[in-house]
Amino acid sequence: MSDLSTRRVLTTEAPWVRATLIGIALAFIALFLVLPLAAVFTEALRKGLDAYIAALKEPEAGSAIRLTLVTAAIAVPLNLIFGVAAAWAIAKYEFRGKAFLTTLIDLPFSVSPVVAGLIYVLMFGSQGWLGPWLAAHDMKIIFAVPGIVLATVFVTFPFIARELIPLMQAQGNDEEQAAIVLGANGWQTFWRVTLPNIKWGLIYGVILCNARAMGEFGAVSVVSGHIRGQTNTMPLHVEILYNEYQSVAAFAVASLLALLALVTLVIKSVVEWRHEREMKAVAELPPERPQILKEAL
Amino acid sequence: MAATASLGVPMPGAAGHAPAGGSRKVLPGFNLTLGYTMLYLSLIVLIPLSALVFKSFTLGWPAFWAAISSPRVVASYRLTFGASFIAALVNAVFGLLVAWVLVRYRFPGKKIVDALVDLPFALPTAVAGISLTALLAGNGWIGQYLEPLGIKLAFNPNGVVIALIFIGLPFVVRTVQPVLEDNELELEEAAMCLGATRWQTFTKVIFPAIAPALLTGFAMAFARAIGEYGSVIFIAGNVPMVSEITPLVIIGKLEQYDYAGATAVAVVMLALSFTLLLVINALQAWQRQRSGAQ
Repeated sequence: MSDLSTRRVLTTEAPWVRATLIGIALAFIALFLVLPLAAVFTEALRKGLDAYIAALKEPEAGSAIRLTLVTAAIAVPLNLIFGVAAAWAIAKYEFRGKAFLTTLIDLPFSVSPVVAGLIYVLMFGSQGWLGPWLAAHDMKIIFAVPGIVLATVFVTFPFIARELIPLMQAQGNDEEQAAIVLGANGWQTFWRVTLPNIKWGLIYGVILCNARAMGEFGAVSVVSGHIRGQTNTMPLHVEILYNEYQSVAAFAVASLLALLALVTLVIKSVVEWRHEREMKAVAELPPERPQILKEAL
Repeated sequence: MAATASLGVPMPGAAGHAPAGGSRKVLPGFNLTLGYTMLYLSLIVLIPLSALVFKSFTLGWPAFWAAISSPRVVASYRLTFGASFIAALVNAVFGLLVAWVLVRYRFPGKKIVDALVDLPFALPTAVAGISLTALLAGNGWIGQYLEPLGIKLAFNPNGVVIALIFIGLPFVVRTVQPVLEDNELELEEAAMCLGATRWQTFTKVIFPAIAPALLTGFAMAFARAIGEYGSVIFIAGNVPMVSEITPLVIIGKLEQYDYAGATAVAVVMLALSFTLLLVINALQAWQRQRSGAQ
């Protein structure tokens, strides 16, 4: 540790270079991230607080907020259960085709949201595979709430699994095996051993999944049909208001989504810091394990 | 070394083989979890995606080719690719810079900047779209000063590039940052001791170590930009042949009930995203190999 100060001198740049690089980076961040964020709130409050609140009290805004909350409340738990199951299967066992399975789980990330919406239209739309059958049974998926939920589930599909798989792989199986040997059954092992170990990764994944679920635009736009008061989520409502030149109202609803993004970032940072601190605490503990590691090294 | 010890567990690779044979006998839940994973994956992702591919087969080759090669669609490919490439390139340069500054230097507000980098992940794309438009339109905060100078950044391809820069920024920062953090200072010290200048040390020692991560981040930002819709349509102006992106072409065809045409263009995009996904996977494997070899 004592040579840290000499290291600093050797492996850093001249002060003016440092200052310039920091300056350019901060200017870039200010221009591309801070300014757009500030613009949302400024535009929303352009005509004063009363106009802002009035815009949010509109019944159509209210129904858009409700639909967004309902959609996220269905999509996030579905992907949470899937994420935990997939991470358990992939991280705890060896089987053939595991790498390919992981790639397939990532697939929704790289599919364009518009294509994601289109595939459900081709499945369930009036021209689609199941369209005639659905129509005969008086069921509606496309241009209705189930389609919005499905499209949202698709675009947020990998979020939680992606967080959990590397985390559970890094933790290994030892603790679970110890629990089993001591007589716990599978569920007990999961609830008492695995879940406490992965809780930060889980919260992290859920937070990001939720932000995307509430904010998804492209995929939902394709399947929604934009029926006001019925199939409009908040982002779609923003679009409609904006295209009708109701700028203040559009930015008012947008400001709620921006607040959601800020809250997401705050929770995410807190989770990261706590996780880091726990990792450090674990690293500083002097149990038997580091001994084994040292020998291995 | 330090990274391995701080994990407190053996490397995942080491955990994989030797204990796995035993663990399958001991740990329950393999059939349940893998079965559920496959079922859910099939229902939500695989079956709907194959519906798209099968639908395109029913078109027949001439109709398929006509749909994906009409001048308006080709113009949209050119814009989508070109703008995504430029945006990913800008992100590679500035993302590397931001990651470097966040890892190597101390300055006030660093934690806030670090948290803010993820804003494009968290902010809904439609919000980003209208906000960037409000800034850059002729009467906007920034646009009002640039317009008299003859610089137009909204309602043309420039706007598309700017929206895509916003969307792709976190990818490069978040892939390069951990690699820079793990980079061992001993190597840099050795280079300095051997008489290298700081710039030589960067280009010959540091840059080769982070190059795979940088390329991965670039590919991720590019892949995301290709499919992006929400943030772009507000600022693009959406003039056919000039500022119409490919996802919007699909929407346009759908609105005219041209399901066949929409499907054909969507299959092209799907094939492209799958290819990019495989490229990114290969890049990540390369990166792991690199960091494992050190």
